[in-house]
Amino acid sequence: MSSSKASRIGEEIWKTRIDKVNAELVTLTYGTIVAQLCQDYDSDYQEVNKQLDKMGYNIGMRLIEDFLAKSGVGRCANFRETADMIAKVGFKIFLNVAPTVTNWTSDNNQFSLIFDDNPLADFVELPDDGRAQDELWFSNILCGVLRGALEMVQMQIEAHFVSDVLRGDDTTEMRVSLVRYIEDEMPPEEE
Amino acid sequence: MSYYFTILSPTDTPIFNIAFGTSKGGGDGIARFRFPDTAQYMNQFIIHSSLDIVEEAQWTNGGMYLKHIDTYPPAAAYISAFLTPSGARFLLLHQPPQLPNSGSSGGLGSSSLLGSSGNLVARGSTSSIAANPTSPQTEEAVRQFMTEVYESYVKTAMSPFYKQGMEIRSPVFRTRVTAAGKKWL
Repeated sequence: MSSSKASRIGEEIWKTRIDKVNAELVTLTYGTIVAQLCQDYDSDYQEVNKQLDKMGYNIGMRLIEDFLAKSGVGRCANFRETADMIAKVGFKIFLNVAPTVTNWTSDNNQFSLIFDDNPLADFVELPDDGRAQDELWFSNILCGVLRGALEMVQMQIEAHFVSDVLRGDDTTEMRVSLVRYIEDEMPPEEE
Repeated sequence: MSYYFTILSPTDTPIFNIAFGTSKGGGDGIARFRFPDTAQYMNQFIIHSSLDIVEEAQWTNGGMYLKHIDTYPPAAAYISAFLTPSGARFLLLHQPPQLPNSGSSGGLGSSSLLGSSGNLVARGSTSSIAANPTSPQTEEAVRQFMTEVYESYVKTAMSPFYKQGMEIRSPVFRTRVTAAGKKWL
């Protein structure tokens, strides 16, 4: 399935089948969660990243079902197709953004998602304690979501942010790498 | 014209302040108050002393912008106020420049710190924002400035890491205020 077809599918579902919610509600709720985590873990940002990832993982495991039900798409033929599906349909219908898929490695197992617009991070300015800018990945929940969702469809992946405009970088970029296809359907690891 | 802008939280804590000069009419954006450098606290003193008047004026109409509400003649300082619905107050002190060729010599000679009434009359004759702090043009410019700062303030206050009443340390906000000052004042 081509990237443009995925875009059309995403657009169509977004328009017809998705209940919309006020963007600020999402932004403020998510922001509060992150700020609260920072407080709870005493500004241990590594730990906050980990917790966000874990929360995302739990969301992703459930969200994949919703995604498949709403989109009605079938199995992807390869990882490139999966990437387009994530970017153009997944992100489109849940966050109404369509990150750019780019920077493929030659073995087609790693790609980057570039977010032009990140609704989770509106209004946000990272704390100026000198560490948050280097340690906190504010939108880290998204990595967990992808990891959880893809694991449920037999793909073990690793996802992490490599840059974030909140830190003063030019782009917000997430790196996604395929670790392996899970052949025999093991139950998801406890976490 | 020199400006001193401050934001007070609803509980009267100063949470932001900045001094800047006009950028209109060839101004270089650097504040030049008539106080000596050792007396910069005078700005804060004057601006905070207008709070009583802000409180009197705030219920007189439904507007958030109260125009210029107070003057401090000894320093020829004017104070404009803007209220946010949540009770934060934006106060702007503006001090017109000494015009070297205007006013009576007696006025200039009285004290280097004090503006004279003679000077004030002379300033009233020009229409530029810098020289005439009470003209409608100035009120409008200040209103535009306040509104723009208010927009930035709302965005800053929406940041999840900002707590109500906390000092605003965001460099982004400071840049935006500076830009608004450059644009309007």
